[in-house]
Amino acid sequence: MMDKYKFVSNKKTTGYGMRTKIANAIIYVILTVLSIIWLFPLVWLILQSFREEPGAYTPYILPKGYTLNNYIKLFTETKLFNYPRWFMNTFVVAIFSCIVSTLLVLGTSYTFSRLRFKARKPMMNVALILGMFPGFMSMIAVYHILKSFGLQQSLVSLVIVYSGGSALGYYISKGFFDTIPKALDEAAIIDGATKSQVFWKITLPLSKPIITYTVLTSFIGPWVDFIFVSVIMKDNYQNYTIALGLYQMITRENIYNYFTQFCAGAVIIAIPITILFIMMQKYYVEGVTGGSVKG
Amino acid sequence: MEDINVSKDITNGRTLFFNALKKGNLVTKLSFIVMGLGCILRGQIVKGLIFLAIQVGFIAYISNTGWYYLSNLSTLGKSAQYKVWNEELQIYDYIQGDNSMLILLFGVITVFICLAMIVVYAKSVIEGYKCELLRNAGKKPTTFIEDVKNLFDKNFHKTLLTLPVIGVVVTVIMPLLFMILMAFTNFDKTHQPPGKLFTWVGLENFRNLFSSDAKISGTFGKILIWTFIWAVFATFTNYIFGMILAIIINKKGIKFKGFWRTMFVLTIAVPQFVTLMLMQRMFQDVGPVNIILQRLGLISEPIQFLTNGTNARIFVILVNMWVGIPYTMLITSGILMNIPEDLYESAKIDGAGPVTAFMKITLPYMLFVTTPYLITQFVGNINNFNVIYLLTGGGPATLDYYQAGQTDLLVTWLYKLTVNEQNYSLGSTIGIIVFLISAVFSLIAYNRSASVQKEDTFQ
Repeated sequence: MMDKYKFVSNKKTTGYGMRTKIANAIIYVILTVLSIIWLFPLVWLILQSFREEPGAYTPYILPKGYTLNNYIKLFTETKLFNYPRWFMNTFVVAIFSCIVSTLLVLGTSYTFSRLRFKARKPMMNVALILGMFPGFMSMIAVYHILKSFGLQQSLVSLVIVYSGGSALGYYISKGFFDTIPKALDEAAIIDGATKSQVFWKITLPLSKPIITYTVLTSFIGPWVDFIFVSVIMKDNYQNYTIALGLYQMITRENIYNYFTQFCAGAVIIAIPITILFIMMQKYYVEGVTGGSVKG
Repeated sequence: MEDINVSKDITNGRTLFFNALKKGNLVTKLSFIVMGLGCILRGQIVKGLIFLAIQVGFIAYISNTGWYYLSNLSTLGKSAQYKVWNEELQIYDYIQGDNSMLILLFGVITVFICLAMIVVYAKSVIEGYKCELLRNAGKKPTTFIEDVKNLFDKNFHKTLLTLPVIGVVVTVIMPLLFMILMAFTNFDKTHQPPGKLFTWVGLENFRNLFSSDAKISGTFGKILIWTFIWAVFATFTNYIFGMILAIIINKKGIKFKGFWRTMFVLTIAVPQFVTLMLMQRMFQDVGPVNIILQRLGLISEPIQFLTNGTNARIFVILVNMWVGIPYTMLITSGILMNIPEDLYESAKIDGAGPVTAFMKITLPYMLFVTTPYLITQFVGNINNFNVIYLLTGGGPATLDYYQAGQTDLLVTWLYKLTVNEQNYSLGSTIGIIVFLISAVFSLIAYNRSASVQKEDTFQ
């Protein structure tokens, strides 16, 4: 592609070629500068996580000494901030809410995409309206409900909160199911398959991308959520998830002693999430644009 | 499968229900009193027993606890907790009163149960009557095993939707209703159950918010204006600059397109709370950015990124650009490639520069295609809790505002009022208003989105 383009541009007048070259050079400069601006906080985060000197901030960018202690301390000094415990909490909650929400989302989206019944349109409209309420408006009420059932500040309540309403986010996978040709279902039904068999044996095997997407997004949810967990957990430190725990490390009282550990803790969870996100960015784009992107 | 359209005039449940009352035989009429009787006596034993069990359970629940909550719903409890001096032990004994919060909550739940019961009741009568009609027509009612089989075929939607519907009702609809009702009560710091009662106050909270309480309504007005300013700037700066970024990366002759894109996508991938908390620390008055700028001699006094009202507002919009531009870049890249190349070619021949081409071709095309996305972003920004709360915490605080700071949006104000101030009634009132604003914009977006209008085109 590139070579061909060069060849063509060489044939044109040199003045035009020069102008494109200068324009491209300017763009490279702009892109480089922007990349530096965008990556600076991330690089700074990583550098700070290896910093040897204590303190919240240093008046220089590059640390004077490098150490792995910040990472080691996260897992050894667990008296005040129990990072391994938070990690396990988040992991357990993520696994369970991922299983539950995947089932709910796939079931709902398949039903709305493929099955026709009287209540279909009204239910979809209700789902649309429910999606417009600010999520944590009801969160405070959920806290009271969980409390009256004795479930407040527990990990179970977190799973309920993350997965209970997940069916409302059925749009993206419905969009995917919409694109699977209906002729496949019809052929199977003529051969005597029930609708349940069509779902399990025909549609789901064809839907690996969207299943992966649903599983990954619902798995990531608990790792990056801050609001819901802070409303639900309040002061029960033992059941904190990573996000809330890390937030405690940089409050006014703790930031001086724990800032570098905060950075280390953030790096540890940011790496897997970054990898997962880059893997599924294609589906993410398709989901947001409603399939209007081709190729 | 089994066809129950015995006669053509029986089409919907309502006619069936009233026909059962008018034309049904004795057994059918008795099943109005004993649920499931019609089914049990006509061969659908398991189904009938399930109906009966539901009836027994419902009566037990209502007579045990349900009635207490329902009857107190109109007052939210009459007797407050009080203390009695206990001579023997020389202490105060607390006599438990009504708990308004529990009454409201379980009142709502009981209303839901009653509504569900009405549906099940009608269903049980109809099912019994259907059996009668089938028998009269000389057919056999479906057996329980057939019913179960149908749940995986003809009625598969019921099977699939049961759990999602329960989940949504319990974790979304009931709490929402509970919260909406709270907006009409005086549930705040001075009316905290179990110690105190709260009660219905009608529209007083709305009146406070709009006019009668000068401090609250003043704060509301200023925060509402700032919320809109924020949403407009946050949405359009990201949209325009994200698109420009996508265009220059896509430009012919630029190498390593994937590399550049990944550079920016990295910042989306890192969890937002990490980057936002980090930014908040970096831009403190004594934070590293100020220190470095001072060392370089660019400024003599630290810039008050977060402690000066106007600065903080500009700062959150700028940081939001850092957060949001890669998103737009990622989303618009694909759409930009769909714009027909010959449009640009002919524009170039007509002597249009890149700016004119952008204004006359790219922008109109993109606006046309991405309007729903733009509106969703706008609504998202009205509700953008994360960026504001984690960056400035709504601050800097000011005494002119009622429990809010200068960068607070309606949603962060709502959060502060409920979580820090326990002013649930005012918080819920604001929530309802945020909903109304979001709903108007979302409905516009929904009606314009192509994927709704052309839902069936792929199938």
